[in-house]
Amino acid sequence: MKLDKLITSPSPWLQPGGPQSDLVLSTRVRLARNVAGRPFLARLRPEEQQDLEASLKNAVLKALGPKHITWFELADMAEIDKRCLVEQHLISRELAAGEGPRGVGIDAAQQVAIMANEEDHLRLQVILPGLQLEEAWRKADEIDDQLEAHMTYTFSPKLGYLTACPTNVGTAMRASVMLHLPCLVLTRQIEKVFRAVARMRLTVRGLYGEGTQATGDIYQISNQASLGRSESDILQTLGAVIPQITTYEKQARELLATESQTTLDDRIFRAWGLLTHARTISSEETLTLLSAVRLGIHLGRLKNVDMAAVNELFLLTRPGHIQKIRGAELTESERDVARADYIRKRFAAQ
Amino acid sequence: MLCQRCKKQAATVHLTEILQNEKRERHLCEECAREEGVAVKAQINLQDILSGMLEAHQVTEKDATLTCPDCKITYAEFRQQGRLGCPHDYEVFAEPLKTVLEKVHGATEHAGKVPRRAGADVKAQRQLLQLRRELQQAIEGERYEEAARLRDLIQSKETAGETG
Repeated sequence: MKLDKLITSPSPWLQPGGPQSDLVLSTRVRLARNVAGRPFLARLRPEEQQDLEASLKNAVLKALGPKHITWFELADMAEIDKRCLVEQHLISRELAAGEGPRGVGIDAAQQVAIMANEEDHLRLQVILPGLQLEEAWRKADEIDDQLEAHMTYTFSPKLGYLTACPTNVGTAMRASVMLHLPCLVLTRQIEKVFRAVARMRLTVRGLYGEGTQATGDIYQISNQASLGRSESDILQTLGAVIPQITTYEKQARELLATESQTTLDDRIFRAWGLLTHARTISSEETLTLLSAVRLGIHLGRLKNVDMAAVNELFLLTRPGHIQKIRGAELTESERDVARADYIRKRFAAQ
Repeated sequence: MLCQRCKKQAATVHLTEILQNEKRERHLCEECAREEGVAVKAQINLQDILSGMLEAHQVTEKDATLTCPDCKITYAEFRQQGRLGCPHDYEVFAEPLKTVLEKVHGATEHAGKVPRRAGADVKAQRQLLQLRRELQQAIEGERYEEAARLRDLIQSKETAGETG
């Protein structure tokens, strides 16, 4: 699998059609693991880091088979490609900005990404479209077992999987669900959701984990606690909260559709008008407008607009991807023009 | 990732600057970002929550000077960076960490998956850590015969762990 192809092809986890994909964009399960008998990353000498990366790469390729997984070295990767992989949620910002030998193994279906020498020696993630907590965990668990056949993990019977940061110790699992909640934002109820979720030791972040100022009304809800409860317990808590949130969002949609239909329609059709006619557009404005269009499709107000195209554009209009698509490094204002151009053509072609 | 300016605190502010069409990425801790006049918007992230918890939790002088014999990190350094140096730190810092774990997780004991190869026995893991440190010292001291002996010993122990 070539890196360029991986970056410019649509991300499978953004494909519509997954369970509850009208409100749930994707589900992700991440496991952190460290190899026994070695210091954590901050205390590894450069040559040890090199040696570790080589042995992790080797173990990953052996465990999953070189036909199924491709290894990419980060140290000699172009900045733009790293940025695109971060935008695609296939590597973390921390891995992209890290130093020294480090890499990532990605499978052809783009469901599995295994990072070496991130904050922990190994970070394994499975990302699937729609709400699929059980499936994502099953797959991550299975790959974890396969990897373990080729290395010994640092594990303590009392504290579980030992990690560089004590916030991850125990199961070392972070499960997160990405939700599209435009009407909870419009009706100013989203803060209530945050408060309720915090009481259950769950965390809310934006699309790219940049805090509560979520872009495009997209929020990620994940477990904060990883110690003291089993993986299935953690998944159950998260799994029980999601339908409550989606029910509130649906109620808010109905309320707005009946009580302020004109205002809502205006928002949706203005967004559509701008996206299909603008000549220059920022990435933030794009996300806000795409969110309104996505809502319009689900409410049946916008007909003949392809949901797959809308979901794809959430990603392909990010600053890294728009430059990758253009094949050139662009300034911010050049990007805004290229972005508007790309969006118009994408919708004209559907 | 450490702050590129002070190289001590964890970087939590990520900036993309554009100067005369040249793009530059910078990663700073909040303190340095403020000192450079960057407005820091309220962000929620685990690192901050942990630091907040660590700050709220008063550390005695005795705890602050606790030092891991393997990786040499002190508890005070860990508090500053938010990252541990090696697995053995969990034992060395067990007392002060207990409070941290309770605050973050509401629990102090593991209840989840156990690796199949529980040959991950703690003593053997620590011995490997020590052997690797000795190997490093032997290489630095240019004692190559000793280094070769240690390398073989580490390899044999690792293979034993894999098949065991």
